[in-house]
Amino acid sequence: MKAQIIVPAFNESQIIFKVLTSLPRKLKGISNIETILVNDGSQDDTLIQAKKVDVQIVSHAINRGLGAAIKTGLEIAKKKRADIAITFDGDGQHDPADIAKVVEPIIEKKADLVIGTRFKKLQKVPFDRLIINWFANLATLMMFGVVSTDSQSGLRAFSKKAIDSIDFKGERMDFSSEILLEAKKHNLVICEVPIKAIYTSYSRAKGQRNLNSLAVFSRFLVRIFR
Amino acid sequence: MLTTIQIVLLIFIIFAISRVYLRSREKIFSTKTAIFWYLIWLAGLVGVLLPKTTTKLAGLFGVGRGVDVIVYIALALLFYLVFRIYVMIEDLRHEITYLVREIALQKSQKGSSAVSSSRRRGSKK
Repeated sequence: MKAQIIVPAFNESQIIFKVLTSLPRKLKGISNIETILVNDGSQDDTLIQAKKVDVQIVSHAINRGLGAAIKTGLEIAKKKRADIAITFDGDGQHDPADIAKVVEPIIEKKADLVIGTRFKKLQKVPFDRLIINWFANLATLMMFGVVSTDSQSGLRAFSKKAIDSIDFKGERMDFSSEILLEAKKHNLVICEVPIKAIYTSYSRAKGQRNLNSLAVFSRFLVRIFR
Repeated sequence: MLTTIQIVLLIFIIFAISRVYLRSREKIFSTKTAIFWYLIWLAGLVGVLLPKTTTKLAGLFGVGRGVDVIVYIALALLFYLVFRIYVMIEDLRHEITYLVREIALQKSQKGSSAVSSSRRRGSKK
């Protein structure tokens, strides 16, 4: 099986080298792993740091958002006929060891879309993140009828069927919920596995502002009610 | 005899209609859009020249004064137009993202085919 790890990055020069070099080169059940860095219009030295590592790099000329970067990565995975695609945040929030956990249900053909959830395992998560994600999960349930404990997770694995069929329009954080809707639309089997959440002062500073969630939600409503 | 406000509004409406005519002649917007704006400004013209029509309209809607019903209708129309503009901006954002992604993917493809053709040239040695 061929796997593609997609790492979206925007202005992550401080940590991207560490993230890319920490990614696994071998996984049980996978014969070939490639990493794609999608540089989403970074204005710092993200590209320079990434070029020090042996990964494929695709660059957006201007910043278009996490959803757009993931979509570019999935498009490349589709063209390369990858059997599995994994999205992995470029800000150091994820533990590379969890990649094996999200990939396992796909290798065992038990799921098409695997979401790494931060909220199934008891661990320290900032309170504001808990609240925002709770509302996001509720919105995902009410609008799409999809139950998820972590609809906004950045660590996901897609089977070949999911790579070929999922097509979302959201460009910013709103795409996370849309992926679940697409999975439901195409009758994909979704499962969740608990993962570790790493919150550092760096990732908190780089992460989404809490007020952004209102803008994301309103853009999402406009798309539905247009 | 027209009042000052009627004259001012009349001048403004004639100016607005002339802009609609010029822009539709330049094909900046469609015939349907031009007709929409002609109707809006003509309704304004009727309201300014025959103010008693607004009082009759107010009576139809159960509102006290003609000017109140004009304000309510204008506000509703403005909110709808703002929503349509917001939708248009979102569409433009999506189109820009599509272009940015396509350019990135094409550059990536050119890069990988250059690498594989140089590898093939190397292997001939």
